[in-house]
Amino acid sequence: MTALDDVQVKDGVAPDVRVKDGVDAETVEAVKGLSGTYKHGWNTEIEMEYAPKGLSEDIVRLISEKNNEPAWMLEWRLDAYRRWLKLEEPTWAMVDYPKIDFQDQYYYARPASMAVKPKSLDEVDPKLLETYKKLGIPLKEQALLAGVEPAAEDRKVAVDAVFDSVSVGTTFKAELAKAGVIFCSISEAIQDHPDLVKKYLGSVIPASDNYYATLNAAVFSDGSFVYIPKGVRCPMELSTYFRINAENTGQFERTLIIADEGSYVSYLEGCTAPKRDVAQLHAACVELVLLDDAEIKYSTVQNWYPGDENGKGGIYNFVTKRADCRGARSKVMWTQVETGSAVTWKYPSCILRGDDSQGEFYSIAIANNMQQADTGTKMIHLGKNTKSRIVSKGISAGKAQNTYRGLVSMHPKAKNSRNYTQCDSLLIGDKCGAHTVPYIEVKNNSSRVEHEATTSKVDDDQLFYCRSRGMDEEEAVALVVNGFCKEVLQALPMEFAMEAQALVAISLEGSVG
Amino acid sequence: MVADPKKNATDERLASLTLPQESGWLGSARQNALARVKATGLPGRRDEYWRYTNPAALVQADPGTTVGTPQADPFDAIEAVVIMVEDDRVTLTEDLPEGLEIMRLSDAGKADIHWARDIYGVLEMRGSGPVPRPLAMLNTAFATDGVVIRATGKIARPVHIRTVGKGDLILHHVVRVEAGASLTLLKSGTSGARANTVTEVDIGEGGALHHLRIQGPDHHRHVNTHVFVRQAAETTFKSFTLSANGQMTRNEAVIELTGDNAVSTTACAAFGKGDFHHDDTVFVTHDAVNCQSRQVFKKVLRDGATGVFQGKILVKEGAQKTDGYQISQALLLDDDSQFLAKPELEIYADDVACSHGSTTGAIDETALFYLRSRGVPKRVATDLLVLSFLAEAVEEIEDDGLREHVGACLADWLSQG
Repeated sequence: MTALDDVQVKDGVAPDVRVKDGVDAETVEAVKGLSGTYKHGWNTEIEMEYAPKGLSEDIVRLISEKNNEPAWMLEWRLDAYRRWLKLEEPTWAMVDYPKIDFQDQYYYARPASMAVKPKSLDEVDPKLLETYKKLGIPLKEQALLAGVEPAAEDRKVAVDAVFDSVSVGTTFKAELAKAGVIFCSISEAIQDHPDLVKKYLGSVIPASDNYYATLNAAVFSDGSFVYIPKGVRCPMELSTYFRINAENTGQFERTLIIADEGSYVSYLEGCTAPKRDVAQLHAACVELVLLDDAEIKYSTVQNWYPGDENGKGGIYNFVTKRADCRGARSKVMWTQVETGSAVTWKYPSCILRGDDSQGEFYSIAIANNMQQADTGTKMIHLGKNTKSRIVSKGISAGKAQNTYRGLVSMHPKAKNSRNYTQCDSLLIGDKCGAHTVPYIEVKNNSSRVEHEATTSKVDDDQLFYCRSRGMDEEEAVALVVNGFCKEVLQALPMEFAMEAQALVAISLEGSVG
Repeated sequence: MVADPKKNATDERLASLTLPQESGWLGSARQNALARVKATGLPGRRDEYWRYTNPAALVQADPGTTVGTPQADPFDAIEAVVIMVEDDRVTLTEDLPEGLEIMRLSDAGKADIHWARDIYGVLEMRGSGPVPRPLAMLNTAFATDGVVIRATGKIARPVHIRTVGKGDLILHHVVRVEAGASLTLLKSGTSGARANTVTEVDIGEGGALHHLRIQGPDHHRHVNTHVFVRQAAETTFKSFTLSANGQMTRNEAVIELTGDNAVSTTACAAFGKGDFHHDDTVFVTHDAVNCQSRQVFKKVLRDGATGVFQGKILVKEGAQKTDGYQISQALLLDDDSQFLAKPELEIYADDVACSHGSTTGAIDETALFYLRSRGVPKRVATDLLVLSFLAEAVEEIEDDGLREHVGACLADWLSQG
């Protein structure tokens, strides 16, 4: 039971009365609508097919075969696998976890019903459809995400649903095709659009990039593929929902989004996993390619199972995300709300190669209990007049450790470029940690770089103000934290902003008192 | 067997040095440090802590040649207790104010019992905790000599250590400010071919040390310095460095606040051009309640000069009510210069207010235009703006007389280019 329910019973007063002017009624509503600490912790009983446990060349071949891949794809994977064997696990991040036994995992798990790929959503196993419905992501071609009141205009969101190692279905494909937009799973794209995949896959994150990206290149099983043609503004928001369900199984997905000249797309990503005692691995790669005048808005609400309050279980989330602004005047915006995972290791980056290109990074990272988050961004300014902006809000509670790690690099040729970075950390409780590790490299003098960081605790005056107006402490903290995060929350698409705001409150549950 | 360049460089450097033969506490401190430096190895290009500064010139066995002529000492006009250090020859003065005790390190090492024993190599070792500082370890092992200073009262007259180096200088000073005492320490001089100096400072309850250092304007300077400070409750440590020119300067300050209500300030104003490479590396550990730390670092870089700032504030669990502030700023006067910064916060206590800021950019065109429109020539206008930029660091010097003196020195050097 949440503290909010307590208040209702205790005071015997209708909550509406308590919510005074200036208090964000939506926040309180959203918090009230959710109960329990991690609401997506259930699992789906479904017959699964596994590849044999462990990692070897045979497993890489098997994954490639299951996806019916051409020879060049298999070669790419094998090359990555051989490289990976020679690499060492990075240790520079401020995260501490038991050594991962890469042989004690399944690298491929798919629902048995997916053995023959369903031709349309109607053929998908009802149990799977039910799973996504329960997650609030119904896989029907309905106009809206659940939980959001219809807006004045008709807002549509197309979904690609990834369940363990496979994509179970993609909605609105036909309608998107009319606009020329390709939205499908990456395994389908390898079959249907090999030229595009061949040209762009690994061009932003090479297979040799880093330990986890190399592992991903070898064993990625599915993911989403998006191509927005020249001059097209994608008619609806696209999204991928990742669900880990099987036990002892790692999820390795790869997303590739190509925004051709003058195009625009807003892309959402969500993820959850069941509560389990054993930690699970998730190592994804997301590559964004932007040509001249293209714009991509990429939003993530990461809500993997964070493990219990003693640090048991949870997802180890090692993700490489990078956008390459190849074209002039292209623009990319990363927005992330990181509330889940036992360990987060994630640095969505922007390579600002095209002149006048722009990169933005807005992040909220919340770590509670025993969670550890090491996250941030890289802004690599190569082109002239490039601009970047970083707003990072880290919140630590319980015994959690939260680190912002970032790089801003102005190359000698990136004349007249501009960066502004703001990293704020908030500490709730005296057993947690908040850390800031920025790297700033300026190699020309026509650029301006500004960085500021602050660390403080939740303001007593603000808490007192809320408390004096009848809120209980947890509610007051949630409100103050939402205020602290506002700049980032505002950068999210509407549906996500709602969910994120509620998540902020939920993730901090039990952190006060 | 793959050759390990780092190990080779370490072996080569160690082979080029002879360990002073001393028995007693100093001898064992040296042995201890030698074992540590052997185990750690000297810094290499791939070490994260040397990401922005190539340590080769500081590590290699050959110190290079001494260039440059001795010049007037910037602190000449200040009335002080002067200690001359010419290479490994330390000349002390008899005329000491009451409450001040000064000895050669080598002499202190001969005493069976000496207060310096609890500090020499001890603070250095503590400071090598989270990040190894092998060049300081090397110094502890091989220091040719140094000065040990102890203040037991409020000493009005500053102590001035004036160094004239020729070859490969390795000096190690130890300063103890007793409870309630205070001292001002001035340092200046030329480094010779290369200098590696360590200063360990231990401040007892309620004590205060003002540390004022001028490096330059000798252009051929290759120097790395370490200042290790341990502060007890209610203490004050204020440090200011003026660095002009020089090829390779790495100044590390490692400060540990172990007692409540301590105040610690570190500031530096640096300017240089061409092959000027200036690295400030600061590590402040808050391990007590209600302490204040402040760092102000300003660099002006031209003609391809490089400025580096690595600053870390570590607030340990329980170090509540910490007030930590850090600013690092660089002014790039042309397109070839660069500034590389890594300002870090690592915080394990919730009731704190810590912030850092870092900015890099060119000179303010509007301000320049304003001055020029009033008939100030461009060069003079630039100097004025540079001076006002660096003045913010100079402001951190508490003593009015010394602040003015350093300000004048800075203006003079700037006008000479």
